[in-house]
Amino acid sequence: MSSVASVVKVGIADINYATAPRSIRTSGLGSCVGVVVYDLKTQIVGMAHVMLPDSSMSKETPKNTAKYADTAIPELYKTLKYKGVQPYSLKAKIAGGAQMFPFSTSNEMMRIGPRNVEAVKDSLQQLRIPIVAEDCGGNSGRTIEFHPDTGILQVRTVNKGVSEI
Amino acid sequence: MPFMNQFSQDHLDVLKEVGNIGAGHAATSLSKLLDRKIDMNIPDVRLVSFNEMMDIAGGAEQVLVSVFLRLEGDVSGSMFFVLPPEQANRMAFQMTGDEKINFSSPPYSEMGVSAINELGNILSGSYLSALSDFTNLSIQPSVPSVSIDMIGAVLSFGLLELSQVSDHAIVIDTCIKDNSINSGEVRGHFFLLPDPGSFPIIFKALGVQDHE
Repeated sequence: MSSVASVVKVGIADINYATAPRSIRTSGLGSCVGVVVYDLKTQIVGMAHVMLPDSSMSKETPKNTAKYADTAIPELYKTLKYKGVQPYSLKAKIAGGAQMFPFSTSNEMMRIGPRNVEAVKDSLQQLRIPIVAEDCGGNSGRTIEFHPDTGILQVRTVNKGVSEI
Repeated sequence: MPFMNQFSQDHLDVLKEVGNIGAGHAATSLSKLLDRKIDMNIPDVRLVSFNEMMDIAGGAEQVLVSVFLRLEGDVSGSMFFVLPPEQANRMAFQMTGDEKINFSSPPYSEMGVSAINELGNILSGSYLSALSDFTNLSIQPSVPSVSIDMIGAVLSFGLLELSQVSDHAIVIDTCIKDNSINSGEVRGHFFLLPDPGSFPIIFKALGVQDHE
């Protein structure tokens, strides 16, 4: 095993998976929410970079299931189950959902951060996946990196440096 | 038809002209404001995936100073004026005379943020009024706001409308350069991101066959 474990990247509106010792990261989360669903026993993790709360808002065909909270999380669940993870041992950590600009308009689109977080939590609850840690809201961008061997999620922001949750 | 297949080379050329006229006026305003020579590149119009768009701006994690406006009226969309922190420092210094303004690390000076906000306002205003005159469409900018953060987090906000339709964006990107800075690579970008429903309106106003 090389001492420098490689990092799996997750793009915008994207889903990816990693197994220890590889870690998984996504950068530049603003109003988007990074959802990590993992199992410490098998050390497998799936990460989604969710952009919008609800796939019924979508006018695209075919839909990109990784983009919406209500489709991305079932997708993570299904794939992890397929990879041999017991559904009851799945846990989740989430970060993101910031309000990047202090607009005071009535446009619902401007409140997208908090709406994404709500939708992600709803979807996780429906699948009975407990959220063990979260770093949501605020008004700064985040880059997150998850280590499936330890279950530690590193959250980096521009102003506050790196924290671990 | 998928969103990204709707555009021909003619369409992209029209959008390039849109960027050219808008940014030309904005560069002139900037030159007057700072009393210096400002260079501008021929705009780049590209149909890119969201991830590629972040790469154009220097990578999702790059920390940049950006001024964001929403466009409303006949055409809706988002507009960003993006500067590296060092260039923002210089510009804020020239506007306010305060050399302590520093966007490289917080806390940011209130006066500095306000100066950059005004700069963004003036430049976007001249960009958009040129565009409005040229197309004969009414385009009103919202009040601008400034953010100093990872560019991925900032730009994704302007992609929300588009993201309901596609995973791709049309980026009208114009680079402006200040010649008095020797380091060469210090430059600002204008990103214009029309909402999906606004493309047919722009094309129609400029007499291009829409979506053949």
